[in-house]
Amino acid sequence: MDESIRAGVVEIEGHGGDQIQAYFAEPLESGSRPGMVVIHHMPGLDRQTKETVRRFAAQGYFAISPNLYWREAPGAEPDDAAAAARARGGVPDERLVGDVAGAADFLRARPSASGKVGVIGYCSGGRQAVLAACHLPLQAAVDCYGAFVVGQPPEGFPIPISNLTAQLPDLGCPLLGLFGEEDQHPSPAETAELDALLTGHGKQHEFTTYPGAGHAFFAVDRPSYRPEAAVDGWGRIFAFLSRTLEG
Amino acid sequence: MCTYLTKRLEVVGSGKGATGWMRVTSASVYLDHPAHAPADHTLNVDLLNPALGPAARVALELEPQSARQLAEAILEMLAAETVTPAA
Repeated sequence: MDESIRAGVVEIEGHGGDQIQAYFAEPLESGSRPGMVVIHHMPGLDRQTKETVRRFAAQGYFAISPNLYWREAPGAEPDDAAAAARARGGVPDERLVGDVAGAADFLRARPSASGKVGVIGYCSGGRQAVLAACHLPLQAAVDCYGAFVVGQPPEGFPIPISNLTAQLPDLGCPLLGLFGEEDQHPSPAETAELDALLTGHGKQHEFTTYPGAGHAFFAVDRPSYRPEAAVDGWGRIFAFLSRTLEG
Repeated sequence: MCTYLTKRLEVVGSGKGATGWMRVTSASVYLDHPAHAPADHTLNVDLLNPALGPAARVALELEPQSARQLAEAILEMLAAETVTPAA
C-alpha cells in the first residue's frame, strides 16, 4: 500500500451550523475509503492528535479531528485553547455530538468515500466517542480509557459531565474498549460494569484491559506510555476497524 | 486519568505572559495532564485574562510536592504581619 498522504487544516460545519476548524488527512492513492473521526483529548488538538490523524490516513482512511475548542479559542495554541475551554466549563455533550456529526459528514462527502465512518477518542475523548456513537449513525467506535462512561463524577464537579449509562441502549455500532488495569478513571471495576451493561443491552463490544498499564498508555511522550499495551492496542484497533468499516 | 477537576476563581493582579505584562482577572487550578512537564499529572495553574484572548495566559505545571511547597510559602508570606491587604 502506498502510504503517501496529504494533511492540513480544513473548515467544517459543526454543531449549530458553526464553522469550526479541523485537522484532516487523506491518502493520495485513489480508491473507496472509510473514514475515522479522531476526538482529541482535554489538552486539545495538539501534535499527538494530529499524528494520530495522519496515522489513520497512512493506513488508508480519510481521517479528521475537529477542534472542539475552536469557538472558545479560534487560532490559539492547543494548550491555550484547552485552558480557555476549561475556564469556561469544558465542551457540552450536545455540542460534541454536533461537531462529530459535522466531521463525519465531511468525511462522507469525500468523492471516494465508502460511506462508513468510525470514531475514536482517548481520555476524555474516549467517553465522547461512546457518546457520539449513542447519537450518530456511525459504524465503529473505539474508547481508549475514557472516564465516566459509567460511574459518578465527584460532587461539586465544575465541568458539567455525567455518565452515559442511560444512553447506552442507543449505542448504534460495535465498540472496542482498550483500558489499563492500573487506571482509576476508568477503573477495572467500572469497565467491568460497562461490559455487563453492554452485554445486557445486547450491544456488540470487545474490551481489553492491559496489566501493567494505567491511563494514557498510548501517549508516547508521557511517562504513562506502555509500549507493549500500545503496540497490541494499535493492532486491535486496526483489526477491529478492518472488520467494521472495510467489510 | 483525565481528572476534569478544576477550581476556578477571580483574581486581581498582573502576570507576565508570552506577549509581556498584563492584568489577570481569573485563575484555573487543576490536577491533570500537563502540556509540557514530564509527568502523568501535575498541579496546573492558569492565570488568565479572557478579555485579551486565549493566549493571555500565565501557565504553571508543577510536581504536586513542589505545588504544595509553593502554596505553603505563599501562605507563610501572606501570614507575615508586615503584609497589609489592599482595601
